[in-house]
Amino acid sequence: MKAHVYVTLKTSVLDPQGQTIQNALRKIGYDKVEGVRQGKYFVLDLESGLSGDQAREQVEKIARDVLTNPIIEEFTYRIEE
Amino acid sequence: MKFGVIVFPGSNCDHDTYNVIAEIAHQPVQFLWHDSEDLKSVDAVLVPGGFAYGDYLRTGAIARFSPVMDAVKKFAAGGGLVLGICNGFQILTESGLLPGALMRNAGLKYICKQVHLRTETADSAFTNSLEKGEVLQIPIGHAEGNYFCTPEELKRLEAEDRIAFRYATADGAVTAEANPNGSLSNIAGVLNEGRNVLGMMPHPDRSSEKLLGSVDGWKVFESMIGALAAK
Amino acid sequence: MNPIPSAVVPPEPVAVTPELLTQHSITPEEYDRILKALGRVPSLTELGIYSVMWSEHCSYKSSKVHLRRLPTKSDRVVQGPGENAGIIDVGDGWACAFKIESHNHPSYIEPHQGAATGVGGILRDIFTMGARPLAVMDSLRFGPIDSDAAIEPELIRKNHSIVEGVVEGIASYGNCFGVPNLGGETKFEACYSGNPLVNAFALGLVRQDEIFYGKASGTGNPVIYVGAKTGRDGIHGATMASEEFKEGSEQKRPNVQVGDPFMEKLLLEACLEAMKTGAIVGIQDMGAAGLTCSTCEMGARGGVGLDVELDFVPQRETGMTSYEIMLSESQERMLLVAEKGREDEVLKVFAKWGLDAVVVGTVKPESRLRIRHHGVLVADIPNESLTDDAPLYHRPVGTWKTPLPAEPPVHAQEELTKDRDYTADLMKLLGSANISSKRWVHEQYDTMVQTNTVQGPGGEAGVMRIKGTGTPGHERGLAMALDGNGRWCYLDPKLGAMHAVAESARKVALTGAEPVAATNCLNFGNPEKPEIMAQLSAAIDGIAEACTALGTPITGGNVSLYNETRGEGIYPTPVLGIVGILDDVTKAVPADFQQADDAIILLWPVPRGEEPNPDLKVPFTPEPMRYPVVEAEAEVVADADSEDPEATATAELAAFGSSEYAKVVLGGVWGTPPSLDLEAEADLHTLLRAVAERELVHSAKDISDGGIAIALAESAIRSGIGAKIDQDESLLIHPLFGLFAEPASTVILTAKSADVDEIEKLADEYGFIAARIGVTGGGNLEISVNHEPFISASLAELREPWAESLEAALHREVLA
Repeated sequence: MKAHVYVTLKTSVLDPQGQTIQNALRKIGYDKVEGVRQGKYFVLDLESGLSGDQAREQVEKIARDVLTNPIIEEFTYRIEE
Repeated sequence: MKFGVIVFPGSNCDHDTYNVIAEIAHQPVQFLWHDSEDLKSVDAVLVPGGFAYGDYLRTGAIARFSPVMDAVKKFAAGGGLVLGICNGFQILTESGLLPGALMRNAGLKYICKQVHLRTETADSAFTNSLEKGEVLQIPIGHAEGNYFCTPEELKRLEAEDRIAFRYATADGAVTAEANPNGSLSNIAGVLNEGRNVLGMMPHPDRSSEKLLGSVDGWKVFESMIGALAAK
Repeated sequence: MNPIPSAVVPPEPVAVTPELLTQHSITPEEYDRILKALGRVPSLTELGIYSVMWSEHCSYKSSKVHLRRLPTKSDRVVQGPGENAGIIDVGDGWACAFKIESHNHPSYIEPHQGAATGVGGILRDIFTMGARPLAVMDSLRFGPIDSDAAIEPELIRKNHSIVEGVVEGIASYGNCFGVPNLGGETKFEACYSGNPLVNAFALGLVRQDEIFYGKASGTGNPVIYVGAKTGRDGIHGATMASEEFKEGSEQKRPNVQVGDPFMEKLLLEACLEAMKTGAIVGIQDMGAAGLTCSTCEMGARGGVGLDVELDFVPQRETGMTSYEIMLSESQERMLLVAEKGREDEVLKVFAKWGLDAVVVGTVKPESRLRIRHHGVLVADIPNESLTDDAPLYHRPVGTWKTPLPAEPPVHAQEELTKDRDYTADLMKLLGSANISSKRWVHEQYDTMVQTNTVQGPGGEAGVMRIKGTGTPGHERGLAMALDGNGRWCYLDPKLGAMHAVAESARKVALTGAEPVAATNCLNFGNPEKPEIMAQLSAAIDGIAEACTALGTPITGGNVSLYNETRGEGIYPTPVLGIVGILDDVTKAVPADFQQADDAIILLWPVPRGEEPNPDLKVPFTPEPMRYPVVEAEAEVVADADSEDPEATATAELAAFGSSEYAKVVLGGVWGTPPSLDLEAEADLHTLLRAVAERELVHSAKDISDGGIAIALAESAIRSGIGAKIDQDESLLIHPLFGLFAEPASTVILTAKSADVDEIEKLADEYGFIAARIGVTGGGNLEISVNHEPFISASLAELREPWAESLEAALHREVLA
């Protein structure tokens, strides 16, 4: 069982890297892109015996406590059976 | 007065900080290993600069789980003096000992250079030998020193006089040009509620000897020694 | 561990085909040599081992016969070439380990990681010897980044990304590791498009009685592997670094290793701590050619053999073959030999730092490298056949004649005849790629960590103090500088190489330090071309002659050949690193002006064999140019005794053709590098030490790229203190040459007016003329002759092109 966790800066926080990428995209002609947010992506290999609820609980706690700094970052995740 | 310098895997200003206390301040000092909760009855804890755990998850994010940080939290709660410099500041914010967070520099690059700071408060154990408004020249060296906190938190910091230093020009003007990393409100250093924990991005450890180009950072250590002596 | 049965079943022979040999860059002659050394057909693993050990990168097979001409000894040299780094005695029981090494090819393929691992590799070379790295510097060469450069926009964009990537890579590795960057040099020329040079220098200190060597000894002693796990990184990196780039070299990307500076930092602390246990016998890092190179070299140096069980090697990937494990260039790994029975003491230290440390083999009396994998012997090779007995080539040395003209090209001649606005010329030079401020580069580096930096990047040399030496507050110091001038070497490889030695030593001497030893990185093209071998051979002659004359033996370094892309070679670019010693670091002389109202003094040598003529204070020529440049207003009567003025003027014009001014302002390069008198240069270094020791000078700056005008402008801009130069015609006879020529052994000093007499007297003793040419102060740079202004501008005006142009060029969009 795998958990895919995506961490980005909160939308209220300036993301200079995303901004730079967006500017670059515009420069080379991709003018339909209205915004870019850069983030981090984690893949957690979980014990296969976990229930869906257990897995979600674990992953949310890890993402909240370790993988993100809640002052500036937020996360989404999905579990792959 | 006994000082302790924490050593995390990846700390790289631990020896520099140690050297200031031992050779300039002539005070007893020892290293505190990250893996131990024993603070060896020091009177003040210094969290040095560097790249603890390579800064690989986020700056300071892994270091805060070290056993020594549990001890530092207790120590701070009991009023003990804790100074976090650069990566030390990042670790203290990640640990929740200080408010806010340190993000990637607005220019996206690591910056190492001399900057000017305006002293925003003389009312702390780290700034008591400074005058409010006094301008210091102290170098920075970081890629993630862009201070951020919520507007409410900022209001609180200002209301409680907990902003210790702001980036400024040589004559003390707090301007956008003087801000090297995009920090909110030019903040370079903040105090905790109890005023016994200070985190600052600039390096007083690198500006305590004339030979190295500036002695202004020494005043931070001098203040701490004075405050400890008065205790 | 079970001993390996002595080659009962020899390694399984591989089916050798011409294609297989070509893939391994092994020639048929070299293959015959392998057959002879082994007495049988090699296994695939053995073939791989030979191919990396006999690659140019590891064996120096093309350059070695020439390198033997370099001076390598002096009273100060503790360890010369052949070890991980050279070591010199710096006094008070301290020794200094230092070396420069190239990482050119990887930095082209993946700039960030290529440069980062270059820094990582050189740092390991230093701490392998027991020395804590205390400083790094880099010598960088890139293709043009100006959008108006006369090359395809595609190439300029690529150059931008190489510059950005290399600088970030160096920064990310060094900053995290925690070693200050004290400077170096960054230059741009068209020939480095597609073949950038990244030469990384590192220096560390070790107590003289605590030096470690990469030498195995003691039968039965355990061989321990430490650090990062082995993956398939960089397989055949050493061979790649020994091949020319062809179209599609980018496809080699998987070969480039990824660096982990955090791991390296742990490795540093753990190794230094483990060395303190006294249980380590020998230690070597796994750099190019990884486990292969470290095992056979440690064995060969100690005259013993290493038996290694690959099953014990920590591996990051599954299913790795013995070939892959032996050839992997995964970074941040060390191999060490410990005293038998004391391995636990060593393993304990590594465990404390959270590092993998595993016993992977044993020292054997016979000098053979034996490798076993899954219980099968996969390699069994006499060490010496890989190291000392590697092939040695006396490649044909042709002649080198530069394709550049001896005379100014037509458009340059036209420029020379125009009336000139020297201030505008100065501004143009200040904003040019080689002269403009490299602040954008340096600010990305941590230049202050370890709190020893007395002079960081941007001055002449980097200066650091050595804690715990001398007396408190007056510790000893080290000064270090890198220099190389490819354009000059392209015009004249021998003279150009001599200049590289002289200029880097001069930069060190300007701080008041005594230059004592050197390291070199020889960046050249394809050695199979006789004209390239001619460049290499001549450059080595030049280095040998200059290092001998200046008392700076070569203690190590490296050779990087095949620096060619699509058949076009780079300029021959020997880069010299010189280290000097300051007895009292507080006396280190900075490069920039220090205060207003100081006398500005120009110091240049009296031509050796001539008596100084007190009435004729002319650094460059007593004659106006015999070239229709500017109407020579100042008629000067030639000294009857001096050389043929016509000849002097011709020589001067030839030398001017090699200057930055010729390249940038006149748009052409021709002629020869300036002449260099090594005896005068050596005297200059002694003289500079004398004035520094007596604390007579406040600043000292070399006249190099861009001449006196640039030297003055830089000192003024960086310090914010202006200068006013007003000379009679005897000094700046020909304004153009006087202002912008780049004569050797010529420097600018500033001093209190009251001290000028003493400086003049000292200069005279050493055969130099010290002439007061002006005074510091104000907010302008003004240079005039007989009150007629040649250059006049405010510092703010001068600062702008100088400070901003590099970053601006990188950020400017390159339009197709």
